[in-house]
Amino acid sequence: MAHGNDGEGIGARAPRKEDARHLHGRGQFTADIRIPGMREVAFLRSPVAHALITRQSKPQGFEDCVFFHGDLAGVAPITTRSSIPGYKVSDYPALANGRVRFVGEIVAMCVAENRAAAEDLCELVDVDYDAIPVIASSTAGRQREATLLHREWGDNLFLETSFDRGMDGIAQAAPVCVELELSTARQVMHPMEGKGLVAWWDHRAGQLVVHTSTQVPHLIRIGLAECLGIPQAIVRVAAPDVGGGFGYKCMLMPEEIAVAWLALTQKQPFRWIEDRREHLTAGANARQHEYRLKAYADGRGRLLGLDAEVSVDCGAYSVWPFSACLEAAQAGGNLPGPYDLKSYRCKTYSVATNKPPFAPYRGVARPGVCFAIELTIDAIAKAVRREAWEVRMENLVAAPAMPYTNITNKHYDSGDYPASLLEVKRMIDFDARRKLPARDEKGRYLGIGFATYTEQSAHGTKVFAAWGLPLVPGFDQAHVKLTPDGALEVKAGIHTIGQGLETTLAQVAHEMTRVPLKDIRVTLGDTATTPFSTGAYASRGIVMTGGAVSRAADIVAGRIKAIAAHLLQVKPEDIAFRDGRIFAGAANVSYVDVGRAWYIRPDELPDNVDRAGLEATAAYKPEVDSGVFSYASHAAYVAVDARTGLVEILDYAIVEDCGRMVNPMIVEGQTFGGAAQGVGTALFEESPYDDNGQPLASTLIDYLLPGPTELPRFRIHHMETLSPYSAHGIKGVGEGGAIAPSAAIVNAINDALSPLNAVLRDIPATPERILAAIAKGGRANTRDAA
Amino acid sequence: MRPAVLDYARARTLDDALDWLGSSDGQAKVFAGGQSLGPMLNLRLARPAKLIDIRHIPQLRAIEADSRIFSLGATWTHAEIEDGMIEDPTRGLLPFVARGIAYRAVRNRGTIGGSLSHADPAADWVSTMAAIGAIIEIRSAKASARSVAAHDFLRGAFTPQLAADDIVCAVHIPRFSPDMRWGYYKVCRKTGEFAKAIGACVVDPRLDICRVVAGALHGRPLLLPRTTASLRQDGPDKATALVRDEIDDMLATLDVAHRQQLAVAVERSLAQLNAPRRS
Repeated sequence: MAHGNDGEGIGARAPRKEDARHLHGRGQFTADIRIPGMREVAFLRSPVAHALITRQSKPQGFEDCVFFHGDLAGVAPITTRSSIPGYKVSDYPALANGRVRFVGEIVAMCVAENRAAAEDLCELVDVDYDAIPVIASSTAGRQREATLLHREWGDNLFLETSFDRGMDGIAQAAPVCVELELSTARQVMHPMEGKGLVAWWDHRAGQLVVHTSTQVPHLIRIGLAECLGIPQAIVRVAAPDVGGGFGYKCMLMPEEIAVAWLALTQKQPFRWIEDRREHLTAGANARQHEYRLKAYADGRGRLLGLDAEVSVDCGAYSVWPFSACLEAAQAGGNLPGPYDLKSYRCKTYSVATNKPPFAPYRGVARPGVCFAIELTIDAIAKAVRREAWEVRMENLVAAPAMPYTNITNKHYDSGDYPASLLEVKRMIDFDARRKLPARDEKGRYLGIGFATYTEQSAHGTKVFAAWGLPLVPGFDQAHVKLTPDGALEVKAGIHTIGQGLETTLAQVAHEMTRVPLKDIRVTLGDTATTPFSTGAYASRGIVMTGGAVSRAADIVAGRIKAIAAHLLQVKPEDIAFRDGRIFAGAANVSYVDVGRAWYIRPDELPDNVDRAGLEATAAYKPEVDSGVFSYASHAAYVAVDARTGLVEILDYAIVEDCGRMVNPMIVEGQTFGGAAQGVGTALFEESPYDDNGQPLASTLIDYLLPGPTELPRFRIHHMETLSPYSAHGIKGVGEGGAIAPSAAIVNAINDALSPLNAVLRDIPATPERILAAIAKGGRANTRDAA
Repeated sequence: MRPAVLDYARARTLDDALDWLGSSDGQAKVFAGGQSLGPMLNLRLARPAKLIDIRHIPQLRAIEADSRIFSLGATWTHAEIEDGMIEDPTRGLLPFVARGIAYRAVRNRGTIGGSLSHADPAADWVSTMAAIGAIIEIRSAKASARSVAAHDFLRGAFTPQLAADDIVCAVHIPRFSPDMRWGYYKVCRKTGEFAKAIGACVVDPRLDICRVVAGALHGRPLLLPRTTASLRQDGPDKATALVRDEIDDMLATLDVAHRQQLAVAVERSLAQLNAPRRS
């Protein structure tokens, strides 16, 4: 590979710059911040899912430390408007306004010297609730006569969409039809670090300073200013180290508004640090979909049409800015997956329920739709009596068809999807393992499952505009500066949340300037010091900010060359960067010489020197901004104990293509981490609610996350098809790993259980669900094999 | 998730601990490893006015053994048992079970007496002590020491046979013969989780001990008399055939999947009796 051959630029497996501080426990996260006089906030949260608040009173003597909705004068609710016709707006107040709509909704804010005392105060607040019937599922929410969450709506639908192209006559003509009903559980995101913020008033700057654990500091600044009714100029949002985001930290939260309001009005420092129970019950809800699918195919399994209905259990309010309909929009648009589908009908329902608001978790809808379409493909394969991988090959968009615009107008820019499937089939040793007996020496059933997906990354302006979002990302900005001592500073408004941007952006800057990587410092995520970016989400960072850094660094490189050319008395075009120095033939100067000339000894420069200086800010978005499509094929090899319902993943292979890899080690880390979450989706994670809207998983005893012993040793192979549209051919990779595992693993389980006539259609694949599927299959064995 | 205000007292002698506990009007709670009580305090599900820390009482670390009984103080940790820091009178069963409890960080602090006192039906020691026929020694300030058979110790889930002023002081474990064999199998969704089903069996012909237990129920572990009798008479293979029916009969109120997992756990524990003895 031409790139990265000096070990530091694009393509290099450079060690992460951020690792040293984290490995030594010296990161600075929100909860590490100490400000003299800082007081702590605890929130009293609703114990009921749906009720009117008939009375609320503050404990005597603590009237100044307890706040209800009415106390936050002038604070606007979180309101997410959408340009999509028919979209219904929810007003999500920071503190409940006379009515609660989910267990965990904030009723009161209590302030004390420490968290324990603040929690004591919460217990003294007196609130009476008058219960309203609860909508605890999307099915219940869609029923006629259902109780309304938002009375003025007339129903419980944030949005209902319909897509219908080319389906006329398909059902009558197709020789094969399979029908599936599928569901994916409600999940909670669980970054290692939960949400939290510290807010204080900076008297010198005259600014409200908010240190919040966020992926999107510049967006939070906009949102806070809007909700608090103050100019953005007096709000500074500075994200400290962020211990994982996964989408939970890309939205404005009521806690951020409430605590920022405290600091704004009292001019004192306050903090709130989310605990794990708040996270589990009131915060990071995601993933819950229901599908009804009818797929039509010919006798070889070639897809002729797909008729789908998707319901998303959206919770009580829309999050800002990604709205309550992003999930369904993504679901409807991505359900055709990597396949060449000519006829498609899809209805989506974004249903309001008495649960916490639905948030865009890593992969946004695509883990669900990948699960849906990939189980459909396997069902078709079963119907036409072919291997599932063969039916995939029958349907995948072929490499020569690229770029390919699919039926929902997704523009697949590049790649070879069939090659990824064939390679993963080889890696999982399909041919040899197919010849093995159906059961292993312990009597467990063995199966192999596949899943292929495309991942739209770095979705651009048009895509977000089409989703009707109130805030549409355009260009990302980056600032690059050569310092007087020849080092490079890179600043960008995006934030690093564990995905290694301090390293990869430095690699991009190195690629353009050849300043040694150790001399490149990357500063991110502070509205006071970095240029605007909408932030880190949608697998966009390295494409968008990476592109901006590339442009800004290229501009600075040109100016470095101009000054070096003067120092060496050659033409700028004769200058070359090499080995950390600047050459013209054999003569050379250092970056220090250039920095010194500009900043310290400008008297030595000629009058006609480029006056723009050694720093530049540049904006970037790809030429074609419909998104660049990464893709991958995953394969799982599992053993299912048909008597206990337990699953072991014996082997797991991934073939992924995210275009040019800036740092393959980081691509692998991102993919493995995502895949680990995908294993959680497949086998463990579920946040069930009872009919009263009570969350049943309120601690990590009830909500199971996969641990090291539950994870396979993921094996990975890279393909590298450059995007024709993005700088350096880079595509996004942050979310991809999480998309396919539930599909691949459940397909493997179904493959394993096929001798028992058992079919699993709901995740997570718990022992109870597997045993129920086996019982339904009617061929269960009642004893262990001898 | 911070505890409500409470007092903390560290006892250096058992008598002190018993006195403090006895004079607390039921408002104090014994604190040992804190691996269950700690989270419950943080969640404010447990709200004692006072914690009496018994980790520093030498008497609760005592080991007394004779040719028949091995008595283990209540505050030995799972990790110490796992690591072989005490003699093992059970031919490998105790360290094996200890190794499977939760995670090492929990095992470092959690104690055998604490686990029994917490009385979670899915806890490993609850079923294990029932299977080996251990006796739990209990003391209080008011009454003389008393003993309860481990298989009777749970009144129900999280409800041990303990009064508010009682402290579990020791477990008395039979000293098994070289002919002793055991099986222990639990169905767990992931490493470190509480079991969904536990099967435990112990056979020692020389001591005339034979017990088969199903655990991780809604209350105390269940001795399976028919399976046990068959095991005693005809060996594991014949006994295995009876497990499913006996569990279905005795635990008819449980859902089918849970009964199946219990049957599998017991059957697989019995199968271990045939396997070569583990080291």
